[in-house]
Amino acid sequence: MSDRICKFYEVLVGLEIHIQLATRSKMFTAAPNAFGQPPNSLVDPQVLGLPGVLPVMNKRAVEYSIKVGLALGCQIAPFTKWDRKSYYYPDLPKNYQISQYDLPLCSSGTFDIPDDDGSTKTIRIRRAHLEEDAGKLIHEAPGGHPIDYTIVDLNRAGTPLLEIVTEPDFTTPRQVTTFAQELQKIVQYLGVSEGQMQMGHMRFEPNINLHVTDQTGVVHRTAITEIKNLNSFSVLEKATAYEIQRQLHQWLETGALGQKSTYGWDDAREITVHQRDKEEANDYRYFPDPDLVPVIVDDTWLAELKRQIGELPAARRKRYVESVGLSPVDAATLAADRHTGDLFDQSVAAGAAPKRVATLLLSHGRRLANESGKPLAQLNLKPNRIAELANLIDQNKIAPAEPAGKVLERLLQQDAPAEQIASELGLLQSSDTSAIEAAIEALIAQNPKPLQDYKSGKQAAFGALVGMVMKQAKGLNPKLVQERLKQKLG
Amino acid sequence: MLAFDTIADAIQAIRSKTISSTQLVRYALAQIDKLDPAIKAFNSVYPDQSLARAKEVDAGRITGPLAGVPIALKDNICTTFGTTTCSSKILANFRSPYAATVAKKLEAAGAIILGKTNLDEFARGSSTENSAFGPTRNPWDTARVPGGSSGGSAAALAAGMCCASIGSDTGGSIRQPASLCGLVGLKPTYGRVSRYGLVAYASSLDQIGPLAWTVADAATLLNVIAGHDPNDSTSVPHPRPDYLAHLHQPIKGLRLGIAKEYQLASGIDPQVKTAVAAAIKTYQALGAQLVDVSLPHTEYGIAAYYIIAPCEASSNLARYDGVHFGHRTKEPVRDIIELFSKSRAEGFGEEVQRRIMIGTYALSSGYYDAYYLRALKVRTLIRRDFDNAFTHCHAILCPTSPVPAFAVGEKSADPLQMYLVDVFTVTANIAAIPGISLPCGFTAAPKPLPIGLQLLGPAFTEQKLLRIAQMYESATPWHNHRPPLA
Amino acid sequence: MPDPRISLEQVRHVAKLARLELTDDQIRKFTPQLESILQYVAKIAEVDVTGVEPMAHALPIHNVFREDIPGPSLPLDEVLKNAPETDGPFFKVPKVIGADEDSAR
Repeated sequence: MSDRICKFYEVLVGLEIHIQLATRSKMFTAAPNAFGQPPNSLVDPQVLGLPGVLPVMNKRAVEYSIKVGLALGCQIAPFTKWDRKSYYYPDLPKNYQISQYDLPLCSSGTFDIPDDDGSTKTIRIRRAHLEEDAGKLIHEAPGGHPIDYTIVDLNRAGTPLLEIVTEPDFTTPRQVTTFAQELQKIVQYLGVSEGQMQMGHMRFEPNINLHVTDQTGVVHRTAITEIKNLNSFSVLEKATAYEIQRQLHQWLETGALGQKSTYGWDDAREITVHQRDKEEANDYRYFPDPDLVPVIVDDTWLAELKRQIGELPAARRKRYVESVGLSPVDAATLAADRHTGDLFDQSVAAGAAPKRVATLLLSHGRRLANESGKPLAQLNLKPNRIAELANLIDQNKIAPAEPAGKVLERLLQQDAPAEQIASELGLLQSSDTSAIEAAIEALIAQNPKPLQDYKSGKQAAFGALVGMVMKQAKGLNPKLVQERLKQKLG
Repeated sequence: MLAFDTIADAIQAIRSKTISSTQLVRYALAQIDKLDPAIKAFNSVYPDQSLARAKEVDAGRITGPLAGVPIALKDNICTTFGTTTCSSKILANFRSPYAATVAKKLEAAGAIILGKTNLDEFARGSSTENSAFGPTRNPWDTARVPGGSSGGSAAALAAGMCCASIGSDTGGSIRQPASLCGLVGLKPTYGRVSRYGLVAYASSLDQIGPLAWTVADAATLLNVIAGHDPNDSTSVPHPRPDYLAHLHQPIKGLRLGIAKEYQLASGIDPQVKTAVAAAIKTYQALGAQLVDVSLPHTEYGIAAYYIIAPCEASSNLARYDGVHFGHRTKEPVRDIIELFSKSRAEGFGEEVQRRIMIGTYALSSGYYDAYYLRALKVRTLIRRDFDNAFTHCHAILCPTSPVPAFAVGEKSADPLQMYLVDVFTVTANIAAIPGISLPCGFTAAPKPLPIGLQLLGPAFTEQKLLRIAQMYESATPWHNHRPPLA
Repeated sequence: MPDPRISLEQVRHVAKLARLELTDDQIRKFTPQLESILQYVAKIAEVDVTGVEPMAHALPIHNVFREDIPGPSLPLDEVLKNAPETDGPFFKVPKVIGADEDSAR
């Protein structure tokens, strides 16, 4: 060990994320955008980069990108254009990628994530731009047989790809993962990407360096390394953590700051592996693509897209806690999925108590969703019926536990007033005081013993008495029974 | 020479049953058989398909404004039949699975595409000498070039092998060969004709257009090929006017601009000067008023062109790498980079390689601002020059080419000398305006060689430009001249 | 305007960028030719372009979009018909070593 001592160090991590947009057709041509199709079956002349083909922009891809930009608090460029990025690679048929260089669609955003200590961490978004994806190089034959050559499948080529670049604002691996997970929720919420990691819909590339302060107060800055193509949250966190330690130990042991370079993640050994130095600087020869025309985003278009987005999960969560009075956990659960949140809001708007609706949806609703294997919002529950049921509970006309669940379950198949269904199922509670009085009278007359016990101070006998009254006549409101009984015995 | 060698005559003859389309196509094919071994205008000819289509026309099953007319298509426009080679070894066997919009429109109009014509490789050159399949010869003098890059299309028509042809123009590639072969050649406004399926050389300059014997034939072809195409983002959604309507109606109060910078251009052949001066007199006799205009940035036009075109070309030609289509080296290679580099070095000819090198250099790190970006700014200034000039005149008149057809090999040693041949034509591409070349006379000795007159007009005024051209054609005999060989 | 003089080394570098395997003879031939062309085009440096917008597009049009409606793919035999080498439904190239699984970045 040398005489180098690290007094403290600062971690600087930035993140680059590639998100495949779930459009139906490709970025610049009508060939279908799909997953899991036979090799080279989603290829038209444009995808193949044949001589003479021309690109035409997919409007929805541009709109999806703007929506993500808005969700990340970005400025949306009023004027943007397309540039060609040149590099030779067999998965890139034209040997240039249509991308955006100096005028990205979205820039200068901020996005808040919860930090481990419960505080809020703000991550600055440098830019988000749209480009076309490349095809796939495959190094083994189908079935995993080794081959001594490479084969090319262009199905993915031309898929719209949104590249998001953050500022180096992350200081812990956990923050990086939290951001990635929040971003996944956002794109799923907006419906712009399926965000399925295992399908490569989201790919992460953290860039990492350290500012190490030694015992004399001198700051040593390690070279930035980039870890390519991480496509799971756990690997993202592990790789970032490993790379921070690797750079620190490299400096401690050798004093070396390293070179700007690209690393990969070796999942078996759980280490980052050096791939190439960046000094062999790629000269991408960017220039504006003369085959495409600029995109101008005016206020009308932007307003329409904002309207389509509606309330974002974070804002909704905040509203549920602060104005509606839900617990943070319930608020987060309801706000995570756009349609669930909408169902909640509409049910409340139909005239029911928010907390009651929340409990109904999060207990019985979730159970029914799990049983049917469908998301809650796709169960075809009508907001007005949910409100009716919530009100029945609040009016003591139905018990909130099993009976309410049974009514909700029936509402899946039958669109009828909740009270009618409860009545048909015999689940309505009677709040008729005379019936209750009669039952209590009958009980007292028939069962002097428990009554004696209670009066002589055995409080435990009260429960038994209530049970007996309830048995006398089915469908009585247990709360009222308790109240009356207490009065009677008072 | 064809019995009915213009579109108008052919259509009239076919409609009146003076001749069948089948007979006309047979004559054209016979002419190709007889003359093309010497001229080398065609890269490929499709006799069976052409005759089959002609029979359909004769049977009334194919109709349209060009029904039964044999034409030729430049071999950089994709067709689903035959090959699309761009006269390059790298695409020698390329069979396009899709057809260019223009090819589809021509066929839908009933035209019979006899074959695909030779060009300077990837449309890069001004003589059709830079073809992987050998140079095309000028039918007026086979020791000379037909001009380029649409030299094959010009020579095929001049030699009577078809009734009209289609070329593409990036810096003069339709107008200059038309001039050197005694034809009418029109480069439409950028965006007027779809580029979908035209193999790109310089995407912001390329435009497809007609070569014909007469202004009316050029208008007929433009009627067929012009119009919006959703597959080409740079094609304009403007409605297409009927270019034949009012064609013979002279422009009253015609004002023609004479640019002083063009007068001062060096290297203009005296015989070209004389012929153009005579053409100006003709227009004056027809009532035109001459206006002095200034295009102050003219001298930077070629410089801007020789930055913009190679930059775009270096990118457009990157796709030819021996992976998905095109030539792949047969040499053993160590890795994919060597596969790319060897395939490209073997597949591209020298002039194309030279231009790829210039473009790659000018776009490489540190040079973009000084070359490409600056050239685009100069482009703005050149366009402004024209906008200003056109506030004073309907069209600007100048020679098409400073020289008549030159001898094969004469300029090929010095690339820069060859580039200067484009001096009068490139600015129309730079400014994205239309230009038309008309035959305006012949040199005296040793052999009569055609001389071309060029008219440049404001963007999207092809209709007016054609009418101005028609005024001259109606008053002069040059469009009736045919090379003795044919 | 950068110095229009150009060295053999620069020409070699540009050839590498352009993926053109040029022989030493070709490099020697191209160098003075490129230099003379660059010298010629260098004259655009004389033009005062202060405040001038670049004419990146020949036309003042924008927002030319396609609706997101999927269209047909080419049949596999058409996709592969011009390929120099194939393996089943794939394009075939020499082993690409040490590379990422994909190149998009």
